[in-house]
Amino acid sequence: MSDVFQIAGKTYNSRLLVGTGKYKDFAETRAAIDASGAEIVTVAIRRVNIGQNAGEPSLLDYLPPSEFTYLPNTAGCYSADDAIRTLRLARELLDDHKLVKLEVLGDPNTLYPNVRETLKAAEVLVKEGFDVMVYTSDDPIVARELEQIGCCAIMPLASLIGSGMGILNPWNLRLIIEQSKVPVLVDAGVGTASDATVGMELGCDGVLMNTAIAAAKDPVRMAYAMKLAVEAGREAFLAGRMPKKLYSADPSSPLFGMIGSK
Amino acid sequence: MIQLSINGEAKAFAAPLTVSGLIATLELTGKRVAIERNGEIVPRSLHAQTQLADGDVLEMVVAVGGG
Repeated sequence: MSDVFQIAGKTYNSRLLVGTGKYKDFAETRAAIDASGAEIVTVAIRRVNIGQNAGEPSLLDYLPPSEFTYLPNTAGCYSADDAIRTLRLARELLDDHKLVKLEVLGDPNTLYPNVRETLKAAEVLVKEGFDVMVYTSDDPIVARELEQIGCCAIMPLASLIGSGMGILNPWNLRLIIEQSKVPVLVDAGVGTASDATVGMELGCDGVLMNTAIAAAKDPVRMAYAMKLAVEAGREAFLAGRMPKKLYSADPSSPLFGMIGSK
Repeated sequence: MIQLSINGEAKAFAAPLTVSGLIATLELTGKRVAIERNGEIVPRSLHAQTQLADGDVLEMVVAVGGG
């Protein structure tokens, strides 16, 4: 049973992508990511703390780029220019690495994406040869424009980043899934395992999450739960759920052969 | 002496100074860092030959945990 998951021409086994932020320490980060089975991990690009961290271990020591596919992001960027500069630095940092997560924020309270700046940045980055996985709102028209620009994956929010509110608008997600020829991943908003399953049952190609795992009481255990949830949702989607039957039941046991019948 | 802005902080260094020299001075040799000089990436292959000039604005970044 082959169920291939491809992004930008590369095949992956896991449809769960995870962030590397908010963990207690690098050891916990590594343990959670191992439990999640994720092969693609997001990282942020930040200024070196000059003079303060010489000799300290780095994230890369715990998650060697030889074992994982890095997905550098533009978290915290509020303009297309900042996002583009950040990802050019990421490409240099990670040896001509081209797979990136573009997100351009529009508001510090909701972290809602600024789609105008996102579209602008996507055009430049695609022209420069980046494989752009793009975080966006769940507006199907914007999603379509991002696909037309050449983004390699569309990643609509399910609800606000870090909110754990789950999938608030399954209909919009379905509209995006129906129209898209590139992978669609739920990015942001997953709170617990069932949210991830619902996303996959809707037909999403994958799920990207960070806080739902890192902020769980037991992150390693939740990471494993998310692995199972994504797999279960995918299998259910492929299996095809039974039709819903409104207003009446349908017994599962035979109606004949009851004791005491004539 | 030359004045450089590194990650938003003004710092003075003895000239001449290359990008590689700066990395060594900051004890970052061997660390995976990327450098932008006046808005342009300085590829690792050019660190040794790129001379820094007074007033250069540098960004030096690393990968950190994030989602």
